[in-house]
Amino acid sequence: MKILVAVKRVIDYNVKIRVKADHSDVDLTNVKMAMNPFCEIAVEEAVRLKESGEVTEIVVVTVGPKAAQEQLRTALALGADRAIHVETDARVDSLAVAKLLKSVIDDEQPGLTILGKQAIDTDNNQTGQMLAALTGLGQGTFASKVDVKDGTVDVTREIDGGLQTVSLTLPAVVTTDLRLNEPRYAKLPDIMKAKKKPLDTKTPEELGVDIASWVSLVQVETPAERKGGIKVGSVDELVDKLKNEAKVIA
Amino acid sequence: MSILVLAEHHDGHLAGSTASVVAAARQIVDSSGGDIDLLLAGEDVGAIAEQAARLDGVARVRVADHAVYAHQLAEPLADLLVALADDYSHVLASSSTIGKNVLPRLAALKDVAQLSDVLDVVSADTFKRPIYAGNAIATVQSSDALKVITVRTTAFDAVGENNSAPVEAVATVADNALSTFVGEELAQSERPELGGAQVVISGGRGMGNGENFQLLDGIADKLGAAIGASRAAVDAGFVSNDMQVGQTGKIVAPELYIAVGISGAIQHLAGMKDSKVIVAINKDDEAPIFQVADYGLVGDLFQILPELEQAL
Ligand SMILES: Cc1cc2nc3c(=O)[nH]c(=O)nc-3n(C[C@H](O)[C@H](O)[C@H](O)COP(=O)(O)OP(=O)(O)OC[C@H]3O[C@@H](n4cnc5c(N)ncnc54)[C@H](O)[C@@H]3O)c2cc1C
Repeated sequence: MKILVAVKRVIDYNVKIRVKADHSDVDLTNVKMAMNPFCEIAVEEAVRLKESGEVTEIVVVTVGPKAAQEQLRTALALGADRAIHVETDARVDSLAVAKLLKSVIDDEQPGLTILGKQAIDTDNNQTGQMLAALTGLGQGTFASKVDVKDGTVDVTREIDGGLQTVSLTLPAVVTTDLRLNEPRYAKLPDIMKAKKKPLDTKTPEELGVDIASWVSLVQVETPAERKGGIKVGSVDELVDKLKNEAKVIA
Repeated sequence: MSILVLAEHHDGHLAGSTASVVAAARQIVDSSGGDIDLLLAGEDVGAIAEQAARLDGVARVRVADHAVYAHQLAEPLADLLVALADDYSHVLASSSTIGKNVLPRLAALKDVAQLSDVLDVVSADTFKRPIYAGNAIATVQSSDALKVITVRTTAFDAVGENNSAPVEAVATVADNALSTFVGEELAQSERPELGGAQVVISGGRGMGNGENFQLLDGIADKLGAAIGASRAAVDAGFVSNDMQVGQTGKIVAPELYIAVGISGAIQHLAGMKDSKVIVAINKDDEAPIFQVADYGLVGDLFQILPELEQAL
């Protein structure tokens, strides 16, 4: 079975962002970028499925600017076999990304597609679900366990009340939650080898996908900063403050 | 312009969050006019429909009662919503794991965008939502004919329950050949639900192990609090995943949030920094959690927690 993994280049999760002075967007100049943490988990899952013999080929795809090839190379170093770069500098929303990924699926016909459940920049949590909708496939979102069987996949999902397991007819779309696995680090020789693995570049035009969005970003603000309060010296002082100053306990 | 709200229910009860989604819908119709319908999909949901009909501002409760909706699987629910959506300008749901699972699927099937986690209604087409773990707030305007929105329910005060809206059956039955329900492991707790609790006490990696979380029990009992956790505590296996507060866990905004042995990573803060009063208990006086805490107590939690339980 062939598996498709979609990854996104985003701000490194340790970086504290700043809003541009003109409030048009977040300022990303000279900010450290990395693979979205949920996408790292998606790549890792694909690699594990290949190691256990369920998967024969891993294709990794990204939608984004030229620089996003860095994240494709990372995925190749981690074990993906080849990469597809859908190159665009435009701000592509989740629906447009899902349409682009659909056209890649139409081409590649993977048995399973894995994505991160959300990107830590827009925090949308949409692309996998949209891709499943557009391709007419079942979706196993927020996965903490993926068990590939004959013609189906069991996905254990992290839901508000606990865990839910669903069985999906293959092909299907899965999105990863944090506890699915712990991604490995790429080894230096693999990073060297990854440079020679095939990487194909396409444009949205070549894929015949219109990436126009009907949602516009009006402005971006910094949320009201929470002011730090005081340190109390004892449990009694704390309880007194909560009762008599903050009045949040009786 | 009318709005369809997807009602959420668990265990035979309407989820409290639905009243907050209706509140968000009311802000939209306040600015543009129109009705608010509630869609209740599930199996044997008659009693829940009665609860739903009491929510203020609801014009009618539309009930799709069928086994195919029993486990709120995304594929049939989205198909049901697609069948109904043409009568509406907006479809809203809570940004719960159900809303987040189903609404993007609906949006894509209708070829429109979806807006996630809306926390403020500016007008019928303009909304505010958090991005970058809540470190920035984006104002977005949608010119899609249908607006598909998940609502951050902690940002909207629940509507009252003095209504008696008519209840009508929906005939549409979606079929589902894509997914089947296998099983569920739900956390059992007598405590209030995290998202709606007035007081939340959360433990982090500093708790050391799962057993030590019992130190929070007595305090939670006295305060009527829900118990939460950081991701580190969940990952370490101290407690179950449904307790995680943060960017990728639950969003809470209680009157009082008590963080115990939690350092205050931005991903954790994203889930609790809108709490009214924050208390931090941590042995490291430099821990970033103190930068957002109204009251900080520096010290060993193993000493402080028993004392606190006594003092309450
Ligand atoms: C994509 C992504 C998403 C994430 N989403 C979330 C999320 O939703 N929620 C979340 O919480 N995290 C999330 N994280 C993880 C986050 O970055 C932090 O790693 C995590 O919040 C740390 O948890 P912690 O504060 O319990 O542990 P630590 O950072 O290890 O802090 C433990 C604290 O306990 C204190 N302590 C230790 N012993 C004692 C004692 N005896 N008495 C008092 N204090 C003590 C220490 O001083 C320390 O401050 C996410 C990370 C990523 C990359």
